Amino acid sequence: MNIAVVVRQVPDLIETLEIDASGTALDWDAASFIVNECDDHALEQALLLKEAGDGSATVVALDAGDVDNTLYAAAAKGADRVLKISLDDGAPPAPQAAAAMFAAAIQPLQADLVLVGVQAHNELDGVMAPLLAAALARPYVGVIRGVKAGPDAGTVVACKEFPGAVMAQMKVKLPAVLGILGSDQPPRYVPVSRIRAAMKATQFEEPAVAVAAVEPLVKVRKLSPPVSGTRAEMISGSETEVAARIAAILAEKGLLK
Amino acid sequence: MSAQDVLVLAEIQRDALADITLELLAAARGMTAATGGQVVCAVLSQEGSRFAPALTAADRIVLVNDPQLAAYAPEPQLTALLDVTAAEQPRAVLIGGTSIGWDLAPLLAGRLQAPLVIGCKAVQVDGDALVVTSAFCGGKMTAEVQVERSPAVLMTMPGSFRPVAEAGQGQVETRTLSAPLEAGAVAFQDWILPEAMDVDITQQDVLVAVGRGIQQQDNVELAEELAQALGGAVCASRPVVDQGWLPATRQVGKSGMTVKPKLYLALGVSGAPEHLEGMKGSDLVIAVNTDSKAPIFDAAHYGAEVDALELLPALVEAVNARKG
Repeated sequence: MNIAVVVRQVPDLIETLEIDASGTALDWDAASFIVNECDDHALEQALLLKEAGDGSATVVALDAGDVDNTLYAAAAKGADRVLKISLDDGAPPAPQAAAAMFAAAIQPLQADLVLVGVQAHNELDGVMAPLLAAALARPYVGVIRGVKAGPDAGTVVACKEFPGAVMAQMKVKLPAVLGILGSDQPPRYVPVSRIRAAMKATQFEEPAVAVAAVEPLVKVRKLSPPVSGTRAEMISGSETEVAARIAAILAEKGLLK
Repeated sequence: MSAQDVLVLAEIQRDALADITLELLAAARGMTAATGGQVVCAVLSQEGSRFAPALTAADRIVLVNDPQLAAYAPEPQLTALLDVTAAEQPRAVLIGGTSIGWDLAPLLAGRLQAPLVIGCKAVQVDGDALVVTSAFCGGKMTAEVQVERSPAVLMTMPGSFRPVAEAGQGQVETRTLSAPLEAGAVAFQDWILPEAMDVDITQQDVLVAVGRGIQQQDNVELAEELAQALGGAVCASRPVVDQGWLPATRQVGKSGMTVKPKLYLALGVSGAPEHLEGMKGSDLVIAVNTDSKAPIFDAAHYGAEVDALELLPALVEAVNARKG
């Protein structure tokens, strides 16, 4: 099974998000980037499927944020090919444009299965995974946590997550695109030494993909940090002082028995 | 049918009407109160008449019955939804941000070349435009989005609208598709239910929740020690379960369990909207996080901006000292 995996960069939510001067978009220059968590799981799922049978895993990414390190790590984990799509600037494009560009790069690969994170936290007016499926004219199902080779050739069995730790087992005829929420195993750790080795051994392929221009269908009037109607009463002090205060609150509420 | 109608997709999960449907009806009622349109509720299932009594807050309930809609599969559902949308020509289509919604809302918008807004928490009508307030970036950013084209596909954040409570006079009608639906490339096979739970977190009075701030699996033991001192259990947000540090039966949130304990002590949990959805009914919430802007502090009664890992030993000691 030949698998293509989409890997995106997203702003790190540990850092404070900045809004640009227009007030309607995130300030990409001020953001620090990390790999989109669901895409990291998609990569792990691709590697697990590849290791369970014959085939290959090709990683495809846009040249945004800190993508080189992400791609070297993917190669160190076991990706067979690494494709990096150039952008005019370093800002991640809107989902519609990104889907068109990923589709242009993935189409020639003739992949049986395309895995992509079901969402990226910065998506607001589009979801890239099903848009990619549409651009590739392939069926799609998302919110998948775990994929195995199917009982019949040319199929996989995917587990679609529902509330209450319930899964729907779905049989999927290939080729198809799956939106991954989680992989069968946590993303594997790869030591720095192997990433360094991958940096020396890996050649990024750079497919000729035109930057897609897509007219937005909505207008963002403004962005702002969320305004809370309520806010916790904050307990200040050292860890010992905070602990003593929490224990006192629990005692007052009759929660210590 | 009018250009101001709002179409709501009733969500059927495991042969039962999902609660999100009543939230969508409430949101739709709010929109049509401003525009004068009707609320139309689409029920896509094998035989949907049994769901209709719970949906009468809609003005019209449109049933699409077909054997291919007996269990969820994206392609027959999308085909049926496209058919209803084409017939109704609504101003907006409201779909819940659920496992099913995350498939159908973007697929529908893509097929119609229609605007899509995800994470919707509020919708207002401003002249010919809809103004949608949405949360994204894990709840750390709010966007005010103007949508002028119809139909707008709006995927709502579960828990954002108070479920409609009053019954109405909704009229039921059955829509016949031009051709029977065909199976797609994605087919439902079976439900996989969780194995017998080690701990049923939905039945616990005290929950110690751990999030990404717990940093590594070994540290879960520290939280277990605190839970033991408090007579409760440990639960987690999604990143902890994704790492395999706790089983899925311990996950709180939209795709996990919904809990309502007397005490919810959140340690290193940022408070993404999907997590808050699962614990907002807790009697007392105490949140500990080093990030002063973490959304969990907006859902908590008490908060402390300290490192959960450094607090844990001190808290176990303080609790045990109080208990004598």
